[in-house]
Amino acid sequence: MQPVDKVEGRAIPFGQKNVDTDVIIPAKWLKTISREGLGEGAFEAIRAQDGNIFDDPDYADASILIAGDNFGCGSSREHAAWALDDMGIKAVIAPSFSDIFSGNAFKNGLLAIALPQEAVDRLMEVAKTDPISIDMQTMSVTTPFQDRFAFEMDAFRQKCLIEGLDEIDLTMAKSDAIEVHEKSIDSSQPWMTPAAV
Amino acid sequence: MTEPKTLYQKIWDAHVVDQRDDGTALIYIDRHLVHEVTSPQAFEGLRKAGRQVRRPDLTLAVPDHNLPTTARLDMDGNKIPIADPQSAAQLEALEANAPAFGIKYIGASDINQGIVHVIGPEQGFTLPGCTLVCGDSHTAAHGALGALAFGIGTSEVEHVLATQTLQLTRSKSMEIRVDGLLGPGISPKDLILHIIGVIGTAGGTGHVIEYRGEVFEQMSIEGRLTVSNMSIEAGARAGLIAPDATTFEYLKGRPMAPKGADWDAAVEYWKTLPTDHGAKFDKSVTINAADVAPTVTWGTSPEDVVQVTGNVPAPLSFADPSKQDAAQKSLDYMGLQSGQAMQDVAVENIFIGSCTNSRIEDLRAAANVLRDRKKAPGVKWAIVVPGSGLVKAQAEAEGLDKIFTDAGFEWREPGCSACLGMNPDKVPSGERCASTSNRNFVGRQGPGARTHLMSPAMAAAAAVTGKLTDVRELTN
Ligand code: SF4
Repeated sequence: MQPVDKVEGRAIPFGQKNVDTDVIIPAKWLKTISREGLGEGAFEAIRAQDGNIFDDPDYADASILIAGDNFGCGSSREHAAWALDDMGIKAVIAPSFSDIFSGNAFKNGLLAIALPQEAVDRLMEVAKTDPISIDMQTMSVTTPFQDRFAFEMDAFRQKCLIEGLDEIDLTMAKSDAIEVHEKSIDSSQPWMTPAAV
Repeated sequence: MTEPKTLYQKIWDAHVVDQRDDGTALIYIDRHLVHEVTSPQAFEGLRKAGRQVRRPDLTLAVPDHNLPTTARLDMDGNKIPIADPQSAAQLEALEANAPAFGIKYIGASDINQGIVHVIGPEQGFTLPGCTLVCGDSHTAAHGALGALAFGIGTSEVEHVLATQTLQLTRSKSMEIRVDGLLGPGISPKDLILHIIGVIGTAGGTGHVIEYRGEVFEQMSIEGRLTVSNMSIEAGARAGLIAPDATTFEYLKGRPMAPKGADWDAAVEYWKTLPTDHGAKFDKSVTINAADVAPTVTWGTSPEDVVQVTGNVPAPLSFADPSKQDAAQKSLDYMGLQSGQAMQDVAVENIFIGSCTNSRIEDLRAAANVLRDRKKAPGVKWAIVVPGSGLVKAQAEAEGLDKIFTDAGFEWREPGCSACLGMNPDKVPSGERCASTSNRNFVGRQGPGARTHLMSPAMAAAAAVTGKLTDVRELTN
């Protein structure tokens, strides 16, 4: 996983509430075999409308998405996190997220940052004209206008994101313990290994 | 004396590799089933990170969700290409990934191929007391053999492939005790639909359910698989039924099950697994078996159940205002009127199959109703999809295929089929289907499809009369 220390740049002031996973990536995109290329299907229904915010050239290189309450509700599809990542989004800021979405985002190195509604409203304003900045060390979001909003995140998740450690790396650090378990099963329950057929 | 433990606790404790302070544990996974839909991105992740599969010998791959259930080989034994390019790509990815990572793969035209949750027990891959995962929510089925089995997402599939473990938080335990025995003509499917009707689709949330009572002790493994399969519809991540003589009898001699002295040692261990006398559950529900009648769903949630002899409920009969709303939406989608007799509801499609009800006993139960009968003229499409190639061969040896085709059913190749609208088997929009699958969600069997869940015997009865029917009227 890529370490994420800072995310800086333009943010898409999307603002919509209750954005479900079907809006983020429609079901027809689930029959793919790669995490790559899903950005093309991201927000497909919204992008079909003329003058939509996602195709506004002002936000072409945006790395941050600002949304309303309950972002990522609906199904548990991880494709939602993959699609955002593939469209170049490194962080989503919203007043709240569905639990499953924030879990999936974390697993894929995407920041899901919850801030109070007033802070999100202010960032929506700034985003229209100026970049914003997220600092994972100080756990704060700042603007060129001296705004500074602190956010919270589980210390374990913060460390993983900053160091770019994914869950597999963390577990692999426990390889010795896994091996001890396997050895003890091999001797006490040798029948646990399936007969080769 | 040591503290009495539940079956769930015993399996959990035996698999803790590492305990973290925040209550999560690293749990060893003994068995991993892989299919084509949730695995491609996991293999892609391994490849990108340059990682291997830690224990390919504990992993088994089989295609099922996307596979068309029509003939797979032409007259010359060549593979018939799959029309949908995305399905074909997922199937090809699995076919390439499995050997590339050293995983045993059961291909589409292998007689052992089938729905992942049918072949696990059938091959003796699923064992009592083991932890088993698969990127599919109906993995709960394997709990029927006393395995701790649950569905996982793609990142977790990748995690298990790489490390053979998962980082988990222990669930609460819930006991569903069924008192008494099922009446004649009442099947395990009726029982689990009834249970979900009683506890609701959130009833088991955060819990692992253990099904207890004499009815389960007397139930076949096929029946137990049907019950445990739908634990997920009851909100639980996993279901469990204590392993017993029936379990051992079922597993003995299966290809991947222990043999010889290993078998004896395994059985000795399995006998220590059942919940100890006096062990405490976090939650307990009692169901009276005498209350269970042939059951069907009327709505778009598996908790929307009613006895087939009953009527479509009125939305206002529900106490919870949000449920009233949902019920009205369900009725609109299903094209039903409140108060309408369920037995007046005509069906145009019949689907006998899915990991809930596609094993040999299910096919026998349906064939029993269909023997010397024909489907009603109003039934346009009726298919039977055996859960595996072995189930199909067994049914053919018993002449069941003939009974089905004589009755006007199509006899198909194994796969998930019309359980979900992902392969060519779909129910047309606005039409109804009497289905033995597990989910009646909006669009599950195809856009606009209207699903009524029921047992195989009940689906067969609906085929004969062209309406939802109390099967006891045809068999008594
Ligand atoms: S039969 Fe249906 S529920 Fe079972 S694994 Fe296939 S799609 Fe899932």
